[in-house]
Amino acid sequence: MDGVETILGADPEAMVSQLLELGRDLCLRLFEGMAGLRAFDDRAVILQRQGRIGTYPTFYGEEAVQTASVVALEERDWLFPTYRQTAVVTLRGCPPLVPLLMWRGHPGGWHDVMRYRVAPVCVPVATNLPHAVGAAWGARLRSADWVALGYAGDGATSAGDFHEACNLAAVTGSPVIFLVNNNQWAISTPLRRQTRVQRLAEKAAAYGMPGLRVDAFDVFACHRVLRRAAELARSGGGPTLVEAVGYRLGPHGTADEPALYRSPAADRLWAPMEPLGRAQLGLVSAGLADAGELAEIRGRASARLLAAAEELERSPRVTLEEIADTVHLSTPWDLSPDHLREPSWAAAGE
Amino acid sequence: MSEVTAPQATQELNLVEAVDRALGQILEDDPQALLLGEDIGANGGVFRATAGLEARFGPDRVFDTPLGEAGFVGAALGLCLAGLHPVVEIQFDAFSYPAFEQLVSHVGRFRWRTGGHYGLRLVVRVPYGGGTRAPELHSDSPETLFGHVPGLRVVVPSDPVSAGRLLVSAQGCGDPVVFLEPKRIYRRGRSPVPERFGPTELDRAAVVRDGDDLTLVAYGAMVELALAAATRLEAAGCSARVLDLRSLYPLDRESLLAAAEETGRVLVVHEAPRHCGLGAEVAALLQEEVADRLLAPTLRVTGMNMPFPLFQNEDDALPSVERVLAAAQVMLDY
Repeated sequence: MDGVETILGADPEAMVSQLLELGRDLCLRLFEGMAGLRAFDDRAVILQRQGRIGTYPTFYGEEAVQTASVVALEERDWLFPTYRQTAVVTLRGCPPLVPLLMWRGHPGGWHDVMRYRVAPVCVPVATNLPHAVGAAWGARLRSADWVALGYAGDGATSAGDFHEACNLAAVTGSPVIFLVNNNQWAISTPLRRQTRVQRLAEKAAAYGMPGLRVDAFDVFACHRVLRRAAELARSGGGPTLVEAVGYRLGPHGTADEPALYRSPAADRLWAPMEPLGRAQLGLVSAGLADAGELAEIRGRASARLLAAAEELERSPRVTLEEIADTVHLSTPWDLSPDHLREPSWAAAGE
Repeated sequence: MSEVTAPQATQELNLVEAVDRALGQILEDDPQALLLGEDIGANGGVFRATAGLEARFGPDRVFDTPLGEAGFVGAALGLCLAGLHPVVEIQFDAFSYPAFEQLVSHVGRFRWRTGGHYGLRLVVRVPYGGGTRAPELHSDSPETLFGHVPGLRVVVPSDPVSAGRLLVSAQGCGDPVVFLEPKRIYRRGRSPVPERFGPTELDRAAVVRDGDDLTLVAYGAMVELALAAATRLEAAGCSARVLDLRSLYPLDRESLLAAAEETGRVLVVHEAPRHCGLGAEVAALLQEEVADRLLAPTLRVTGMNMPFPLFQNEDDALPSVERVLAAAQVMLDY
């Protein structure tokens, strides 16, 4: 692919030497992160099919980009997820039960934003990007050295907030990374109907920031590119747009039927790019790991998710009165238990 | 007052100067506070609400943003996560609409989304309302749009002292506040303001004139109009109370119920369109809670359910003393 940085897609000798350069510890850490995310996604889809959680936007195939985004950054750096990155917080130490609860419609699914430095999940795409700019700009204003990363898809680059965020980030020199996971599809809308630009990274030029392209199915290349963007941001170089070029291997979500709008043949062509299998092939060929230990890593991750799924059933229901008390610091009268519903005289007639 | 006050102890300021002073006080007292907005730096804001502040506090704390309200209101949320306390200026009422999604979908919901643990210390200041002979989309009264959004407080001052005290209190309350400034009375007249604005309870209405026969409920620029109407009513033998709501969300339930119980008649005045306006909320609240204490139905004198007219007709659309008097008469005769 044109101008797309890759390690696993390079010729074998180059691949092996680049993986060795990254080192076994980092490579295994990246693999383990992907295994955790895959286990989450697999389990969530099962839970949805069982009716134990609600509709769920699978991220099958996005594990490399998401894992690299967490591992390439430091724990003090801020992440701004959308609905397709709800499990990245688990790579910061949050129990997987928490995002599963969110998909179960339970307020226990709100993770601790300040502890993990992962913002609440933003459902409307691109609207999280100005938040990332603010958090990064704040670092600059406070002479702190954290950076921020905001996730977007190819569809989000058409939305106004993407433009305003990129522009504001560049003008303020904010240390932020716009990570655009270009999976070619926004539900049923293909990239060619989203934009006339062929390479989303080119949009960066309009804001006066660098735009980088990386193989979305190559966790090692994603790590390297994001690390570079983070270092640039941290050293005062301002924002970077990183386009991870891939394909949406799964449906948009559990309620989506891709056969209605795209060719199953294209799906079959892309299927072998699945990032865990691809990483495993690379690691084993480079002699950095053997298949057994990688299977063990994946087994541990699956077991962890199975345990979380069992716990899911045990989370007690929260009352509306308790929720009403979480909207304001000082709860207004109309959210107090006495006034949350109809006036008492209205109920007295029952 | 028996003593003559030294001129430097209290200064006479108009409403926009009081806002400027309050912003200066906020920047001085709170090292994490910063101002964002269009043309607020060297220019001091199109209404001069930030005049002199960039020179005093520097361009990082009085920041001229590029255009794009969604971007800089959204960025203000991120600045809060970074531990800062932004006060955003939206240049004119209708320019808040591009930021509406950020306010509705994120700012208002933020604390709820953290299970109540973390709030946003964010104030969005919006000069609003008609009566200034301005072009289209510079005279809107969008308070109901914001009052309807869970998680946002909506506060409106009506004079220089309330402007300063409410702004300082809004900035300290720990939750996001849409602070609507009635630009029509920005320069209405000066009144003595203290050296420093002390905090005040954010969700309390103020009885700005007491009376027994009827209550005029108003806020922002309409308080002045209600007071003028009350004076005329008094001459006609009707003792009218004027209740300045100040907080549009939450409403001061106690003061509204007390007004209904003590005066028996409540008339609501606002510039915003009547449909789903604050008047409807006040009338419904009274109906639900004290219907049997009302001597007359609650009437509303409001703007029309149409785009705010181009300025040749704005006085026809804005509430007037005459319209208030006519409605009051209907209620007194009921």
